[in-house]
Amino acid sequence: MSDFWSGWIAVTALGNIAFVLWLIRYTSKMRNDVDTDQVMGHSWDGLQEFNNPLPRWWLMLLYISIGFALLYMLLFPSFGKWGNLLGWSQNSAHYEAVVAANSKYAPIFEVYADVEVEELHKDPKAMEIARRMFLNNCATCHGSDARGSSGFPNLTDDDWLYGGDAVAIKTTLTNGRQAVMPSFAGLGEETIDNIAEYVMSLGGRSQDEVKAEAGKAQFAVCMGCHGADGKGNQAIGAPNLTDDIWLYGGSRGAIVKTLLNGRNGVMPNFSETLSEEKIHLLTAYAYGLSRE
Amino acid sequence: MAIDTKRNSHEKVETNTGLMAILIFIVISIGGLNEIVPLFFMKETTTPVEGLKPYTALQLSGRDIYSREGCVGCHSQMIRPMRAETERYGHYSVAGESVYDRPFLWGSKRTGPDLARVGGKYSDDWHIIHLTNPRDVVPESNMPAYPWLAETPLDNSTIVAKMKTLQTLGVPYTQEDLDGAEAALEGKTELDALVAYLQNLGTVIKERY
Repeated sequence: MSDFWSGWIAVTALGNIAFVLWLIRYTSKMRNDVDTDQVMGHSWDGLQEFNNPLPRWWLMLLYISIGFALLYMLLFPSFGKWGNLLGWSQNSAHYEAVVAANSKYAPIFEVYADVEVEELHKDPKAMEIARRMFLNNCATCHGSDARGSSGFPNLTDDDWLYGGDAVAIKTTLTNGRQAVMPSFAGLGEETIDNIAEYVMSLGGRSQDEVKAEAGKAQFAVCMGCHGADGKGNQAIGAPNLTDDIWLYGGSRGAIVKTLLNGRNGVMPNFSETLSEEKIHLLTAYAYGLSRE
Repeated sequence: MAIDTKRNSHEKVETNTGLMAILIFIVISIGGLNEIVPLFFMKETTTPVEGLKPYTALQLSGRDIYSREGCVGCHSQMIRPMRAETERYGHYSVAGESVYDRPFLWGSKRTGPDLARVGGKYSDDWHIIHLTNPRDVVPESNMPAYPWLAETPLDNSTIVAKMKTLQTLGVPYTQEDLDGAEAALEGKTELDALVAYLQNLGTVIKERY
C-alpha cells in the first residue's frame, strides 16, 4: 500500500475519532446559567423535554469505547501499512488455520495411504471417511447411492468405461476423463438409422433385419473405437455396445441422438481439488462399490 | 443565520438544518472514504491477476443472463480466507480476479453454494441438465429450474455496444474481439452462454491449500 493511501486511511480513521470527541464536547457545552431541568419548550401529551446533560455512565462508556478503539487500531492493521503491532493479517491467520488442520488430519489419511486399494476397501472405518468425501465430491454427478443417472455412469455395477482396477480408477480420479464420441450427422439420416438398427441388433433387440444388415456394413466407421464386434475399448472409454448398459439410454431414439450429436461426457480431474491420500481413499471406495 | 449565544450548542445543531446536514454528511461519508475509496485506486486491488482474460462475447452474454435470472440472489462469488471455505471451494477470492467485472457479482447470500470457482468443477453436460432441472442430478436441491434457457436463442444485437462500454471502462478488448463478437453468438442459446460463463469462473487461480 502506498504512503498516500496509508496516510489517507490513518487520517480519516483518527480524524473521525477526533471529530466524534469534538462533537460530543461541543454539543455538551452549556451556555447559560441553568444547570438542570430547563424546559426546552417541547411537550407531548404532558411529557416535557428537559435540557439535562448526558448521563455520566453513558458518556463514560463512549470514552471507554474510544480508548478501546485506539488501542485496537494500534494492535491490528488500521493505518494502511503502518501500525499493526501484533503483525496480524487475514492471510497468515488463514494459513495458520490450514497448517494446524493439516497436521491434525494428515495422520488419519497417512495410515491408509500405504494400504493397497484391494485391501483398503474392506476397512469399514476408512470407507466411512471415504463415503463422506464421496458425498461431498462425487455424489453431485454419480448420485448419493453411486448409481449415476443418464450421462453419469453407475459405479456399483461391473461395467467400466475406462477400467475398474485400482490403477484405472485412480487415473480416472486424478486426471479426469474426456469422452470423444464425434457427431456422425454427416452420414445422413438413412445411414444413421441403419447403424442404430445394427447397434440394437448387437443386444438382440433389432426389429428390422434388412436395416440391421445394411447398418452392419456402415458400422465400419464405428469400429475404430468400439471394435469390430462392438465390445468397446476401455483404453479410450468406448463403451461396450453389446450389453444392456446404456449411459445415455438404449432406446432407438437415444442411440440415433447419440449418433447425430456425438457424446462428450467429462469426468473432472481431482488432482487440483483433493490430495493424493484422499484420492487413494476414494479409489478404494469406488473399487469397493461393485465388489460388495 | 442569527445564533443566540445564550442557547446551548446542541440546540445550534438541532435547530439549524444546514449545519445538521453538513454534520450528517461528514459522519456517513467517513466509513466509505476510509474503507471503500482507497480500493478504487490501490495497485493491489486494481491490477488483474496474472493470466486473467476479459470475458469472451459468449461468456459476457452468459454473465448478463446470470444477472437477469437473479443467480446472485442465492449464490455468492466470494470465497473468504477461512479454512472451511478454502477446503471446500479452493483458493480464496482475490481482488485482481474481479477487475473486469462491472459491476461485480460477489453477492452476499448463500442459499446455494458459492460459485467463485465453479469453473471446471462439473462438465458442461452436468450444467445443462442441472440448469434445466436441478432435481435430475441433485434430488434434494431447492434451486428453481430454468428450462427456457435452452430454448431461447441468444440476442446478439447489443453485444458490441456492451463490449465497447466495457472497453471505455478499461477492459482491454481488441478491435478483433469487437469485430467477432456478433458472429460468436450466432446460433447459440442462452443456456450455452450461461454455461460458458460458469465454466470460466475462478479458473485463473488453480492452487489450493
